[in-house]
Parts: sequence; structure tokens; C-alpha cells
Amino acid sequence: MSEREIMEYDVVVVGAGPAGLSCAIRLKQCKPELTVAVIEKSSEIGAHILSGAVIEPGPLDRLLPGWRDDPPPVCIPVERDEIWLLSRSGRRRLPTPPQQKNHGNFIVSLGAMCGWLAQRAEALGVDVFPGYAASGIRFTGDGAVGGVIIGDMGVGRDGQPKDSYVQGIEIHARVTVFGEGVRGHLSKQLIRRFELDRDADPQTYGIGMKELWRVQPGKSQPGLVQHTAGWPLDSHTYGGSFIYHLDKDRIALGFVCGLDYQDPDFVPFEAFQQFKHHPMVRALLEGGEILSAGARAITEGGYQSLPKTEMPGALLVGDCAGTLNVPKIKGTHQAMKSGMLAAEHIAETGAAEGFDAKLRASEVVRELYKVRNIRPAFYKGFWRGFIRAAIETVTAGKLPTTLKVHADDTALRKRAGYTAPDRRWVERDLPPRDRLASVYFAATAHDEDQPVHLQILQPDICATRCVEEYGNPCTRFCPANVYEMVEGTSGRALQINAANCVHCKTCDIKDPYQIINWVTPEGGSGPNYQNM
Amino acid sequence: MKILVGIKRVVDYNVRVRVLPDGSGVDTDGVKMSVNPFDEIALEAALRIREAGQAEEVIVVSIGGDECQQQLRTGLAMGADRAIQVQTGARLQPLNLAQAFMKIIERESPGLVILGKQAIDDDNSQTGQMLAALWDRPQATFVSKIALSGSTATVTREVDSGLETVEVDLPAVVTVDLRLNEPRFVKLPDIMKAKRKPLDVLPLDALGVAVDSNVRISRFAPPAQRARGVMVGDAAQLVQELRNRGLV
Repeated sequence: MSEREIMEYDVVVVGAGPAGLSCAIRLKQCKPELTVAVIEKSSEIGAHILSGAVIEPGPLDRLLPGWRDDPPPVCIPVERDEIWLLSRSGRRRLPTPPQQKNHGNFIVSLGAMCGWLAQRAEALGVDVFPGYAASGIRFTGDGAVGGVIIGDMGVGRDGQPKDSYVQGIEIHARVTVFGEGVRGHLSKQLIRRFELDRDADPQTYGIGMKELWRVQPGKSQPGLVQHTAGWPLDSHTYGGSFIYHLDKDRIALGFVCGLDYQDPDFVPFEAFQQFKHHPMVRALLEGGEILSAGARAITEGGYQSLPKTEMPGALLVGDCAGTLNVPKIKGTHQAMKSGMLAAEHIAETGAAEGFDAKLRASEVVRELYKVRNIRPAFYKGFWRGFIRAAIETVTAGKLPTTLKVHADDTALRKRAGYTAPDRRWVERDLPPRDRLASVYFAATAHDEDQPVHLQILQPDICATRCVEEYGNPCTRFCPANVYEMVEGTSGRALQINAANCVHCKTCDIKDPYQIINWVTPEGGSGPNYQNM
Repeated sequence: MKILVGIKRVVDYNVRVRVLPDGSGVDTDGVKMSVNPFDEIALEAALRIREAGQAEEVIVVSIGGDECQQQLRTGLAMGADRAIQVQTGARLQPLNLAQAFMKIIERESPGLVILGKQAIDDDNSQTGQMLAALWDRPQATFVSKIALSGSTATVTREVDSGLETVEVDLPAVVTVDLRLNEPRFVKLPDIMKAKRKPLDVLPLDALGVAVDSNVRISRFAPPAQRARGVMVGDAAQLVQELRNRGLV
């Protein structure tokens, strides 16, 4: 194999999400002479972005003053907040906690907003490369991070180059900024290699699923923000929903489940679909049309789980570090702020060293500290969590205790001796019928003739121990039906339908044996979300 | 010899195409747009001919609004030497497109014009044929193999009954089918090179093409939805259900 071609930049940013793009834009604003590249694995900017999303405009005001005159494609001011506690057929209005008051915020499509941010970055001279996956890390002679290696394209399922083979290049940079989002596959390696999580609790996650609907005219009330808790989840499963009313008769709705759920037979996708059949939601969707669907893990560990965000030659920004504010149900403003802070730090010092201390002294981490005990309080069930959350909110996080955060992969209970709560789930008739039908609305695409990007490190466990102990939960937690146990000639075996993958990373997180390793497929593969 | 290749900006083939609620067209809001896949194959064919030393220059041409420059840049990144945008905001019929291509042919005098056999948005498959007629040159459509020698091209066409091999005199119009080749991946450094390649913009009206159309689109509608299935327990119930519907 020949020497890889090399491109050199001052800074390379991995991932064109809100953190990475804010970082790139800010770098050029602070120091226009810096050369900056942004690498993105999705076929176009925003196609792998999935978020609610209600955003706080503060960071946008700072990054792009005047943005309100030329706003992102979907951008509706929030008019009203509602929080509902659902039972199987009823609902009760809850008071809106102060963190969730959205006056002055905007409902956006974060995917569309990232496309809009990328245009602004390009106008400032940033090279934005969608369709190219950073598949490896380049280390310099002294062990520091010195850039990334772009994945080869045109490799067959057997790992051999096809006629179309093109070797990926190396991108060398003085500083590499990782903004890969939740459970970034390179950040995961870096956290391990540099022991960045040594002084932190384990990171915890949730899985968020989202659909965009066009509803019957008049049903959407643009600017209305609704959240629900309760049904269809039992009180020991953390989670809830969002219903955001957009313009043009569109509604974005989604459901988030904490990945610390215990029931090995729980199917998060089914919980989302059940929620849609609650009378309140069903009335909204009936007669409408689903436009787009997808899923993505979110970070929930917050302050306690935040790893060190710097290492020699590189930084972590946004949710690959885990800056999301769970009680606020918002991460975009935090991601943008951490990206901008990283840019200001690099522009000032030209290096990675010193960023972590700056981040921890910044409002990004101060915000996380205030709410640090709210999410872990819900380990003890919904009502105890609710009360603790109220206390923490009133005291603004000034109580001296800090609750521990537990890893998600240890939360799952073994089938033997575990009795699942009676969920009394209802008959469904709203689309999509099942996970395969849902994947269709994610427009996900992978060339089938490429190496499987979901690596099973110990395949013998699947058909033996896991069948016994957990009954193959991967076949249930994956929202895209990637994993199936099939009867073959040599007995039951795991079949991986990698082409369905929507890059949510849930399998890499929730697998109780931690033997699923998500690596990046060929650049440009994956979902093609529109306005998500 | 110069080769002219047509590039059309279309809704990406992975996207679920959706008709606007008022039936006035297809929803392109936030929708991923790409190079028509058949045009990518056409460009790949042209690049291979140039790389074999049988052509000197490959020119990509697109007709549309400024957003189609994005697809022209993709063509340049794949390896085309320069690009021409025929600028117009109008929705054009194949005849208008062929007339516009004809104007570019008059300026550039190519030895070969390679187009996709059709665009995946309107599936017309007319522009290449009309262009050959306007130009009064041979045409070879639905091509799965091309070999040039001197002033002729030997091409294999995919026809209903199998494969047909024909020889055409150059210059000619060739429209390409799916199996001709597999277009190359764009290398990252080539995207940077593409930014520096020339892209000329020629307004359609300056070329003297009148946009008149004898086709009027009255309405777009999605295909009728299939009715929901009914699960039956056993054969007897199946027969009963079929009887109820008067089918047996």
C-alpha cells in the first residue's frame, strides 16, 4: 500500500455539528489566517444531525450577531410551554420547572441549522468536507494527536479493495478538535488511551427517537412546546417526550429513554410508538403524514461524567465530551459555547493545553454543576426523583452532596428472576408499523459491499451466554432493527443488517457485555435526515 | 477532442420523494440534492476516455439556477477540466434543454457529447435524442460499453431483446445506462483543486434560446396508497374473507 496523501491544516475539526461548526467559525473570526478544515461523515451537512430542537439563542447572538435577520431555515420563536404527566388514557398538567421555561428560545431543525452554519463557516474560508469519515487518529512521534486519517473508500465486505478503491488521506493539524457528538468512535478511543475519564463517573446516555410529521391543517400551533413524562414508561424507566409545533403544519415529536433501563425485554422504539397512541398525541397525528424519522443517543451524565477535555494535540467539544444539560433538555447552546471556547483558546495559545481548566471555569460547566443531582435522583424512581429535582432546583445546586452516576451497561437485569412491569401497551395503527418501516423514513443508505461497521468483539457470546442471560437485548434496543438472531445451518447466530444503521450508537453503549464496537462505515453512508 | 457531459441537479436517489400538499410540485425544502446518477456515469465514461489519451478536455454543463454550481463542482472534483452553467430560473422541457446544449456545441465544437440516458426526477429520456436531431449527428442511446477508434465509436446498447452493438461516426451523442461503469469516489484534495477550476456562467436568454413550452404540467399527485392488509387465522377464514369481498 502506498504512502497516504497528506493535507495540512492548522486546525482540523472532526464532526460538523453545532460544536464543531461554532468552533470553526470562531477560529476564523479570531484569527483569519488560520487554516481550518471540518470533516463530516454524513453525505451532506446536517444529514446525521437529529435533535428536538429547542435552542437558547445566546451563543448564536455571540457567534453571529445579526443572525436574526437571516435565520436558519426552520426557526420558530417559542410561544408557550406545557408539561403533562400522562397515564394510559389521561393526563395532568404539571407546573413548568424554571429550567424548562422557553420564553425567548427558538424551535429549530438542528440539521438544517448545521447546514446554515456550514455555509457561514465556508464564507469565512473554512474547508468543510461532508462525505468523508475520520476513521482513525494520527499520532505524532511523541504520542500526541496530530490529525486524523480519512477512511478508505471502495473496500469490499471481505476487506479487499474493489475497482473503485481510493485510499483515504491523512489530515495533519497542529490541533485536532473532536466534535463527533455522543459516543464518538474516535473520542471513545482517545478517552481510553489518555485515561481522560480517570477522575469522572462513567458517562450515561439516553436514546432519543424522533419523527417529523405533516399534520392536518390547523392542528399545529406554531411555537407551542409540549413535554410529557409518565406513560408509557414505568416509574423506574427515566424518560419522556417532546412535541414541538413548527410552521407549515409540521410537528416534530420524539421520545427519550434513559439507557439505564433495567428490563432486558424493553423496546425503546415500541415505547415511542405507544406514546404516539396516547389520546393527546394521537389526536394530533391522525390524518397526518410522517415525513422523516430517526434516532440518536444523547449524553445524560452531565457534570459528574465530564471527562478531561484536553490531551496532547487535541480537544473534545460538545457531546463527545458530554456537555448537554439534561434537566433543561438542551445541549445545543452548551455544545456551541464549548466549541467557541475551544476556538478562542486555540487562537490565543495555538495549542490544546489549558483548555480543560478554561472549560471548567466557564459558564458551560457552571451550568452543569447547578443541575448535577437532578438526573441521578431519578435512579430511585420517578416520584423521588421529582421531589429531589424540585429541591435541587430551588437551591440552585448549592447543596453540598453530589450524587454518583452509574454506567448504563451495568443497569440491565438478567432475565432470570426479573419480572417486567405490566405495561398494558395498546394496539397501534399510526405509521410506521415497525422498525424497518421507520428506517425507511431515515433514508439510510450504506453500500452493502463494504466491511460491516458494527464489530462484535466476542461473537461466541451472542448465541450462548447472552441468549441465556439477557435474551439478546440488541435485537430490541436497536431502533433500526440492525440486529437479528436467525436460525442458520450451524444453529442460532447473530445477523447484523449493517445497512439499516442510523448511527445512533445505542448498541455500543447498552450492550451488557460491551462487545459491540461501532466504527465508521464508508464516508457518506448512513441516514439522510431532512429537517431533523 | 473535447467531450461535453451534461450534469443535472436532482433530488438524491436515497430521498423519499414527496409531493407538495397543493400538488404544484415535489417538496425540495431541506431535501438532499445530487448529480443525476446517470450523469455521473456519463462523466466517468468521459474521464476514462480522456485518461486513455483519446480526448484532451472534458467539459461539464448544467442548465439551471445557481444552486446547480454545487453539482458542477462535484463534476470538477471528479476530474472534469472546466464547467459551464447555463443560467436560468425557468422550468425547462427537454426540447429547451437540447436547444441550450446545441448552443454550447456551437461554441465548443466537441467530438462527443455524453449524457445520462435519463434524469431520475422526470424520467423523460428525451434530451439526448432531441439534441442529436438538432445537431444532425448520430446518436447511440442506453449505452453499456463504449470504445473509440479514430473517427468512430463502437458502442453496445441495452435494448429490450438484449444487447445491440452499433458503430457511429463522430461527433455523436451518446446516452449512457447503469452498467457502463461505476463512477469514482472523489478524493478529498481534488475538492480543493475543483475550487480553482474555471466555471463559466452563461445566461440562457443571452444564448438566444426561447423558453416556450408545448407541455403544461397541471398537477403532481403521489401514487395511490395500498390498502391495509388483513391478517387471517386460517384457510377457512381466508376463503370467507374472499367470499365476503365477492372475489371467489
